[in-house]
Amino acid sequence: LIYSCRKPKTKRAKRFLEKREPKLKENTKNAMLIKGGNANLTVTEVLKDIYAVKKPFAVLYKKKNITRPFEDQTSLEFFSKKSDCSLFLFGSHNKKRPNNLIIGRMFDYHVLDMIELGVEKFVSLKDVKNSKCPEGTKPMLIFAGDMFDVNEEYRRLKSLLIDFFRGPSVPSIRLAGLEYVLHFTALDGKIYMRSYKVLLKKSGCKIPRIELEEMGPSLDLVMRRTHLASDDLYKLSLKQPKALKPKKKKNISHDVFGTTYGRIHMQKQDLSKLQTRKVKGLKKRPAEKSAESGGVSPKKSKSG
Amino acid sequence: MAAVRVEEVLAAAEGQEAEKRRSITVEKELELEFDLGNLLALDRNPPASAGLRGDVPRREALLRALARDNTQLLVAQLWELPAERAGGAGGPLVARLPEPAFRLPREKPPPRPRPPTRWEQEWRRRWGYRRAGGDPARAWLAEVPEGADPEEDQFARLRREKRERVARNELNRLRNLARAHRASTTVPAAPLHPTGHQSREELGHVARVARVSTASLGRFQPRLPKEPAEPPSRNGGKKRRFEPLLGNLAAERSRQLELLRDMGSKKPVLDITRAVNKQLRQEEAEAAAAKGKKQSKRGKRGRRQQRVGRSSKRGGARR
Repeated sequence: LIYSCRKPKTKRAKRFLEKREPKLKENTKNAMLIKGGNANLTVTEVLKDIYAVKKPFAVLYKKKNITRPFEDQTSLEFFSKKSDCSLFLFGSHNKKRPNNLIIGRMFDYHVLDMIELGVEKFVSLKDVKNSKCPEGTKPMLIFAGDMFDVNEEYRRLKSLLIDFFRGPSVPSIRLAGLEYVLHFTALDGKIYMRSYKVLLKKSGCKIPRIELEEMGPSLDLVMRRTHLASDDLYKLSLKQPKALKPKKKKNISHDVFGTTYGRIHMQKQDLSKLQTRKVKGLKKRPAEKSAESGGVSPKKSKSG
Repeated sequence: MAAVRVEEVLAAAEGQEAEKRRSITVEKELELEFDLGNLLALDRNPPASAGLRGDVPRREALLRALARDNTQLLVAQLWELPAERAGGAGGPLVARLPEPAFRLPREKPPPRPRPPTRWEQEWRRRWGYRRAGGDPARAWLAEVPEGADPEEDQFARLRREKRERVARNELNRLRNLARAHRASTTVPAAPLHPTGHQSREELGHVARVARVSTASLGRFQPRLPKEPAEPPSRNGGKKRRFEPLLGNLAAERSRQLELLRDMGSKKPVLDITRAVNKQLRQEEAEAAAAKGKKQSKRGKRGRRQQRVGRSSKRGGARR
């Protein structure tokens, strides 16, 4: 329980606190979308569109909050604790950093990573006059470009974006419902984020042919400042409890081709005392009997 | 002739297949990395920078083509997964996703193991495998305590003490049984709950008991209009009555003379015949009560019958 000094007095309060306490298998991460002291129209529109994409796992705060995340993180942490959100997107605008978006995540209600991105071009959901996909669709995520592997900051950004847009973790998915794809391309110091609606067309075989239709928010981003967590803090946050590891069954092994091997332990058998009279395959057939006694057996097998 | 025709047909069919496959194949320099648990695909190929640096519509078209190719590859991978029809034959085709492979940081630190409760810590098995208990057979080490005789056999001492503990426990158990039996066979006193058959005195007694069972022993209980006020008897009932030292000389004299007479007489104070008769009568009453209880347990009638028996404390040696 977070507030260990305040023990819950009702069952409802207890359930509320249990939902927020650390668990083996965690809840889907919620995102909070906050406006800064001087957020302009572009940034507000961006926040509203991202909210539409991330519903219901996001909260959009309507009022402006005068804070500077890179200087003081306490107010962000307070919001995170109150609304139980571990991802945030903070939008602001000033002359030095126009159309600023700070995307970040928390670990244990403290800021883990923060990356400041500038929005150079923005096309909103409203501007693209195509049909949209239903709310809450799990998107397919594609990252193109070698920068996402080479550069450390880009790597963290990739991890952050996956965390942000991933949605709930599901065991199975309806194949016809794969409608939404978010495509990120890193090129020339810019990151192009595009969202497409997926149309599955008939091809001759089982796998359908994909056609894409532009839909949804598209952003051209530029990386500005970053505030990344130290290596050991990041490693600590990645640590998974041992109980989540799949339990290994003893005595069973798999080989490369997928065959399962097991080991059977038998007691030592005295082969001279094996019961062979009841095994039909070991019984002598009349043909063999006559062959033993002498003469050629008429039932010799033909070769070829 | 027929053979040639068949081969032609086969070749044509293969050609068609190739056509179909072309629509879904994508050529890439480097293979993509897939994490199907997250519906994620990572393309490490450097994008064609020439086209993407050009004007905006061309760039959009190129981005879209790149996206289409990558999505095609991802979807091909997803379609390879083991799929089943959810909800019977007509339901939608559902693919079983593997566990997400891409390691993402947790939201909160993993839960700390709760400290065991006091019961969990102190519980010891009372019977069976590895039970708690001073089993002297399992004691492989017996320390000589400080003040003890060094020649004494500690193991024998443990065994003796265990025997003594068992015996004491058994004795206490039997005593408890006897007490419970005695309590169950005594004739019950006047009941405090209302039955239909209580006399006036009994009801008065019950009312008095109810009054006195408050915290202030009935001193502030409201009384009915005509109920006489009963002051707390200074005498204290029968047993807590103490006569004044210098009071009734005649009574004192008669009491002392009676005492001397009893001490001097040869006749025993305890009349044996009377005592035996009384004991016999008590035993008969007990047996009857036990039988009656058994019969009355079966029906409601048992409750109705009240045995207003004489208390066994009375009687005895009457002078």
